[in-house]
Amino acid sequence: MAARVRALETILTEKGLVDPKAIDAIVETYETKVGPRNGARVVAKAWVDPEFNAWLKRDATAAIGSLSYSGRQGEHMQAVFNTDETHNLVVCTLCSCYPWSVLGLPPVWYKSPPYRSRAVIDPRGVLAEFDLVLPEATSIRVWDSTAELRYLVIPLRPEGTDGWNEEQLAELVTRDSMIGTGLARVPEVA
Amino acid sequence: MSLRDLIAYSQGLGDGIDAPVFAEPWQAEAFAMVLALHEQGLFGWDEWAQALSAELKRPGALDDGSDYYQCWVAALESLIAAKNVTNSTDIDHLAAAWQRAAHATPHGQPIRLENDPERS
Repeated sequence: MAARVRALETILTEKGLVDPKAIDAIVETYETKVGPRNGARVVAKAWVDPEFNAWLKRDATAAIGSLSYSGRQGEHMQAVFNTDETHNLVVCTLCSCYPWSVLGLPPVWYKSPPYRSRAVIDPRGVLAEFDLVLPEATSIRVWDSTAELRYLVIPLRPEGTDGWNEEQLAELVTRDSMIGTGLARVPEVA
Repeated sequence: MSLRDLIAYSQGLGDGIDAPVFAEPWQAEAFAMVLALHEQGLFGWDEWAQALSAELKRPGALDDGSDYYQCWVAALESLIAAKNVTNSTDIDHLAAAWQRAAHATPHGQPIRLENDPERS
């Protein structure tokens, strides 16, 4: 596979369609700079800053862009907020559309056929695979990502975090909690 | 692998915050090329999603998604062929040349296409 990818890069470079330096820069960005830490900061800010929270609800693309996490793909973002009544779960049934700018690249299970096919028809069953069992009364809303619109789940703020600052809160936000296959970590009682 | 196994594998990499992004360098290159070509305006994301989806749905696609980046490369090839940028025969030839160059290059030195012994 490596030789084939090299061949593609050679052809595309010769045709002036890609610049190897730009390729290196993109790889570097995704390996070191873009990842779920970005999303965790968005979530933490939404928890402490009501104005940002409202902006995120209204226009997630702009609100996230204000933190310089705008997608280079120009895709639109929608933030979906968990409540006590509704839990949100994100999938891409078609392929693997994912909010790269805030979550980096998707984990292996997100791309797998069982997750993509089961999340919509049996979300509760899928969440159980993640050892996430929600109260029967909580409804689960499944969001199917597309090439144009990608979703970021804003998990519920854990109890016992009153007075915490953004940085501390961001540490509680896991990648899975922003996809909806997990919850934010509960702080350990000291 | 079942979904549960895949989840266990993912969780073994930590909470996902600092998980490794690519398993092998070629995956990173293939990923970046698609982004670069999209920025060039060669195709839109909807076109890309369709091409990738077609490869992922092909019979024989593995249930654990481990061939995801193989599908990614196949989608890239089909899309650039559709755009008349190149064709699979040219890619085959050049890939074989890179393969030969890799074999002919002493370990530890950078592989260059010039090292292909059959290069004319």
